Amino acid sequence: MLIPRHVRRVLIGVTAVVLLFIHIPLLVVLVNSFNTSRVFGWPPRGLTTQWWSRAVENEGVRSALLTSIKAASAATVLALVLGTMTAFAVSRYRFFGRSVISLVVVLPIALPGIVTGMALNAAFTTTLKPLGIGFGLFTVILGHTTFCVVVVFNNVVARLQRVGVSLQEASADLGARPWTTARLVTFPLLRSALVAGGVLAFGLSFDEIVVTTFTSGPGLQTLPQWIFNNLFRPNQGPIVNAVAAGLLLLSVAPIWAATKLSADPASASGRL
Amino acid sequence: MSSQGLTSGGRSVTTAPSGVLARTTTALSRNPRARLALLLSAPMFWLVVLYLGSLATMFAASVWQVDSFTGQVQRTFTWDNFHTLLTNSVYRTIALRTVMVALIVTVLSAVIAVPVALLMAKGLRSSRTRALLVIAISMPLWANYLVKGYAWRIMFDERGVLDWALHPLGGHTPGLGLTATTVALLYLWLPYMILPVYAAFERLPNSLIDAAFDLGGRPWFAFRTVILPLVMPGVIAGSIFTFSLTLGDYIMVKIVGRATQLYANVVYDNIGVAGDLPFAAAAAVFPVLVVVGYLVAVRRTGALESL
Repeated sequence: MLIPRHVRRVLIGVTAVVLLFIHIPLLVVLVNSFNTSRVFGWPPRGLTTQWWSRAVENEGVRSALLTSIKAASAATVLALVLGTMTAFAVSRYRFFGRSVISLVVVLPIALPGIVTGMALNAAFTTTLKPLGIGFGLFTVILGHTTFCVVVVFNNVVARLQRVGVSLQEASADLGARPWTTARLVTFPLLRSALVAGGVLAFGLSFDEIVVTTFTSGPGLQTLPQWIFNNLFRPNQGPIVNAVAAGLLLLSVAPIWAATKLSADPASASGRL
Repeated sequence: MSSQGLTSGGRSVTTAPSGVLARTTTALSRNPRARLALLLSAPMFWLVVLYLGSLATMFAASVWQVDSFTGQVQRTFTWDNFHTLLTNSVYRTIALRTVMVALIVTVLSAVIAVPVALLMAKGLRSSRTRALLVIAISMPLWANYLVKGYAWRIMFDERGVLDWALHPLGGHTPGLGLTATTVALLYLWLPYMILPVYAAFERLPNSLIDAAFDLGGRPWFAFRTVILPLVMPGVIAGSIFTFSLTLGDYIMVKIVGRATQLYANVVYDNIGVAGDLPFAAAAAVFPVLVVVGYLVAVRRTGALESL
C-alpha cells in the first residue's frame, strides 16, 4: 500500500465530506423542482410534476434553448477548426513566436470573463457598430469561439505529443499520399481528442453568461440569460427551478459520453 | 521532425476526398513554410486581430471619456477614469474585498483539493472506484453555472435548506450575502483546482510516494517535505483559475450576495446601467494587471504547462 492506513482514512473522510458538499445542493434543486408550493420554502410541502410540463411548454425557455444550441454549435465548429490548426502549427513546427502563440491561446480563458467580455464589447462598439453590424447572435458566436479555441487546442496538442509522427512517416514511406495519410492515419488518431475538445467547447459555450451578456443584443437571450433574467421574478420561481433541474440532468450526458469514449475518464473529461 | 512534412492540420478535419484537394495537399507537403503559413492564417486572424485587437481597443477606450453633456464617447486622452478608480474609496474597498474573497477561495480550494486529489490518484487500488470518484468529483464542472448559483440561493435562503438543517441545533443560516458568495464561488471553482492537482499527483511515480511515507518518519512530515512541493505546480495552475475567475465574476454575487458588490460589478454596472464605456474599460484593466502579473510570476514554476 502506497499510503499508510491511518493517513488514508483521513483522506477518505475529507473526500466523503467534499462529495456531500458537491452533491447536496444539486440534489436539492432536483427535489425542489417537484415542490407543489409556488413560493419557495424547504422542505417541499408536496410533490407535483406540473412545473416540469409548464417549463417544457414555456415559449421563452424554448426560444432561449434554441439560441443557446445555435450559438454553441457554431462556436464549437469554429473552435474545432481554429484549435486544430493552431495545435498542428505549434506542435509540428518550430518558428519564431511559437511560445507566444501558446500563451495567446490560453489568454481568453486565463483572463477573467469580464475582461474578454469588456474587450469584445469595446471593440464591437467602436468598429462593428459604425459598419452597421449590431450586437446579436453573430457577435455572441464570435465571443464564444474566442474562449472555446483553447480547449480544442489543449486536447489536440496533448494528443499530437503523445502519438508522435512515426505512424504518419510510416504511412508516407509506404507510399500513401498526404491526403490518404491524413484520412486513414492522422484523423483516427485524433478523433477522440477532437470529440473531447468539441464536447468541452460546446459545454463551455452553452454554460457561458458573462461574455454572452457583453456581446448579445437586445431581444437575444441564451438559456443562461433566461434563467438569470427570471431568477428574481417571484412568480417564475418554480419554472426556473424546473429548467435548472432539467439542465442538471442534461449535464450528465457529456460525462456519460466521456466515459464511453475513453478507458481513462480523467483524461476523457478533458484538459481545461 | 517537421521537415519530413507529412501532415497538415487542415486536412485532418476536412472530409472531401476530391482530386483537387489531393493535389493541393501533395503540393503543400513539399513546402513546409507555405504549410505553416496556411495553418496559422485563420487562427492568427482570430487571436491577433479579433482578440488582441479587442484588448487593445479596451485599453484605448480606458483613457477616453464620456461627454457629460451629449453622452457621446470622446476619443481624447485623459487619465481621469484611472484617477477616479484609484482615489475614490468606494472602488478601493470593493477591490480589496474582491482580492480577499479570491484569496480565501483559492486557499480553501487548495486545502480541499490536495487530500481529495491524493486519494484519487494514489489512494485507491481499484481503477473502477477511481473512475467513479473522478466522475463524482468532476460532475459539478459540467452542471450549469446558473444552476449552481440557484442551488446555493436555495441553500442560504431564509427559508432554505441550511436554516432547516441548522434549526434543530439552534442555528440559523447566515443568509444571502458575502459568506454565501464566498461559499458559492468556492463551490464553482473547486473542480478547477482539483483537476490540475490530480494531474500533478498522477505524474508522480508510485515508488516516490511509497518511499516518502516509508522513510520520512511522520506522515505529515513526509507529506509536507516531499509530496506537497512536487504537486505545487498543480496547485499554482489551479490557483490561476480560482483567482482569475473570482476577479471576473459579477453574476454569482447578484444571485447569492444580496447587495454585496465585487469588483466585476463595477465594470458591469458602468457598461450596462451607466453606459460609460471608457470608465468600464478602465475598471477592467485592474483584473488584467493582477492576472498577467500572476501569470508572469508563476511562469518559472512550470505551472503554465500543467494548465
